[in-house]
Amino acid sequence: MIEVKNLVKEYGGHLAVDHLDFTIEEGQIYGFLGPNGAGKSTTMNIITGYIGATEGEVWINGHNILEEPEEAKKCIGYLPELPPLYVEMTVKEQLLFAAELKKIPKKDREDEILAVLELAKLTDVKNRLIRNLSKGYRQRVGLAQAVLGFPPVMILDEPTVGLDPKQIIEIRDTIKNLGKDHTVILSSHILSEVSAVCDHILIIDKGKLIASDTPENLERQMSGTSCMELLIKAEEEKIRDILSPLIQTADLTIEESKEEHIKKVCLSIDQTEETDDDIRERIFFAFADEKVPILSMQTSQASLEEVFMELTKEGEEEE
Amino acid sequence: MSAIYKRELKGYFQSMTGYVFIAFVVLFFGIYFMAYNMMGGYPYFSYPLSGMVTIIMIGIPVLTMKSFADDRRTKTDQLLLTAPVSVTKIVAGKYFSMVTVFSIPVLLSTVCPLIIKMNGNANLKADYAAILAFFLLGCVYIAIGMFVSSLTESQIISAVLTFGLILLLLLWPSLVGFLPTTAFSSLLGFLILWTIVIFVIYRLTNHYGLAMVLEAGGVIVIVGLYIWKKGIYDRALTKLFEKLAVTDVFHNFANHSIFDAGGLVLYLSIIFLLMFLTVQSIEKRRWS
Repeated sequence: MIEVKNLVKEYGGHLAVDHLDFTIEEGQIYGFLGPNGAGKSTTMNIITGYIGATEGEVWINGHNILEEPEEAKKCIGYLPELPPLYVEMTVKEQLLFAAELKKIPKKDREDEILAVLELAKLTDVKNRLIRNLSKGYRQRVGLAQAVLGFPPVMILDEPTVGLDPKQIIEIRDTIKNLGKDHTVILSSHILSEVSAVCDHILIIDKGKLIASDTPENLERQMSGTSCMELLIKAEEEKIRDILSPLIQTADLTIEESKEEHIKKVCLSIDQTEETDDDIRERIFFAFADEKVPILSMQTSQASLEEVFMELTKEGEEEE
Repeated sequence: MSAIYKRELKGYFQSMTGYVFIAFVVLFFGIYFMAYNMMGGYPYFSYPLSGMVTIIMIGIPVLTMKSFADDRRTKTDQLLLTAPVSVTKIVAGKYFSMVTVFSIPVLLSTVCPLIIKMNGNANLKADYAAILAFFLLGCVYIAIGMFVSSLTESQIISAVLTFGLILLLLLWPSLVGFLPTTAFSSLLGFLILWTIVIFVIYRLTNHYGLAMVLEAGGVIVIVGLYIWKKGIYDRALTKLFEKLAVTDVFHNFANHSIFDAGGLVLYLSIIFLLMFLTVQSIEKRRWS
């Protein structure tokens, strides 16, 4: 569907995109994730043919964006960072103009526009000047414009910026629906959004692709060592005695908790070894045999948030 | 192209720019027409037209300053440049929308020769030919303004630079008079011009070898011609520069009642060249 080969973009000595390579398959939702200034928008601008790359190639449905720009651009609907809207036009005029630009046949224009107005929930404001619309509405007009004509690929740069929580949920659902029979690429620095919507995540940092996988796989990769938190009503000595045959003491920290006589115990558990019996069961029975009450037991798996922090931190350390 | 043409034209009348421009030009058409023809009693409409050449020098930068600069500032160019429309069509659409706005006051002025006719003798053929030349001169100015606008993000810089360039063209015939006319100075002038051209080619292609070969070849040809046939360099530089005096073509029409067909071709070629350069200046961002 989309092939990006060895993409490089240099801005006056600074590498915004650093030898990026990836392939986007049909009919999936891709999330572009990265901190501010990671090169997300630059990459999207290059894919859509708005700016040129210093090096590298972009192929869209077998069309090179530089050599056959019109064919390639026909396949793409693009919502840039700042929705490109002419503020002196009404919503309907703007969409009509976009429909003409996208070469949608005259007889279909009206229907297509009605469809996207409905989709972006803009029917109420269709005759208002874009100048007078709020940021959230402008964002939705931008989205409607990108989706207009339902091109096979939709590239959305931070589609939910400026929307209120209810709208964010609506737009996410809309994007999910679009992803059923279109390829959608969206960028975001909001992790929950990406993990909620996307089938596949590409994490970029400092112009480099540092991870590319499904959200589940990324989380699993990082959950090699997970952490367990216990609240136990006993003295520190006793806890250490009970736990020492079960785990290595190095992985154990014991702190005072907020409540009296209760200790907070943190265990790091290496789950990479495949064992049949659950460590939680063994811990439970060990304490039960000694008649020491366990007040709470919690295992926390690495969330996507931590994966992201971990991966982007590695880049910093290298420098 | 028609989508962009329609939107741009509508844009001029959704904002004040179109109305202000038309009102401004029509107002001064009226003032000059009244002063020269109605009160002064001259039966030639070309007199007010000559006055108008300085008026559109102020009006046209206002018309053209927005064309590409504002699109770039507000990022609406992202919509145009990522749509399946070629850059040539975008440029043509914008250019013809500006020409259309300019043609409205010019069309209104075509009534004036008829008013002169109603009051006595008129030279309709000469007057209408002069209006045509005036219109095309305006189109050249619009092309200059559009090109300048494509180079910058700031409307102010675009307007000031366009005004400066048009003023330079107006002064050009007098400036060319200051150039030395000897064969040797022409030779030096051509060498400098050639070097500038090569420098531009070098900056565009970043190909050092190509630039050196072209520079050396050009210098050999220019110096060789000078040694072989010194005569052709006499006043050659002045003659070349005189060709760029676009207002002279208009004055042939207006003051001497000459239908300068060659001059009109020059106008059209300049318009074409500037449109081509505008396309290149936008395409450059896509390639670099």
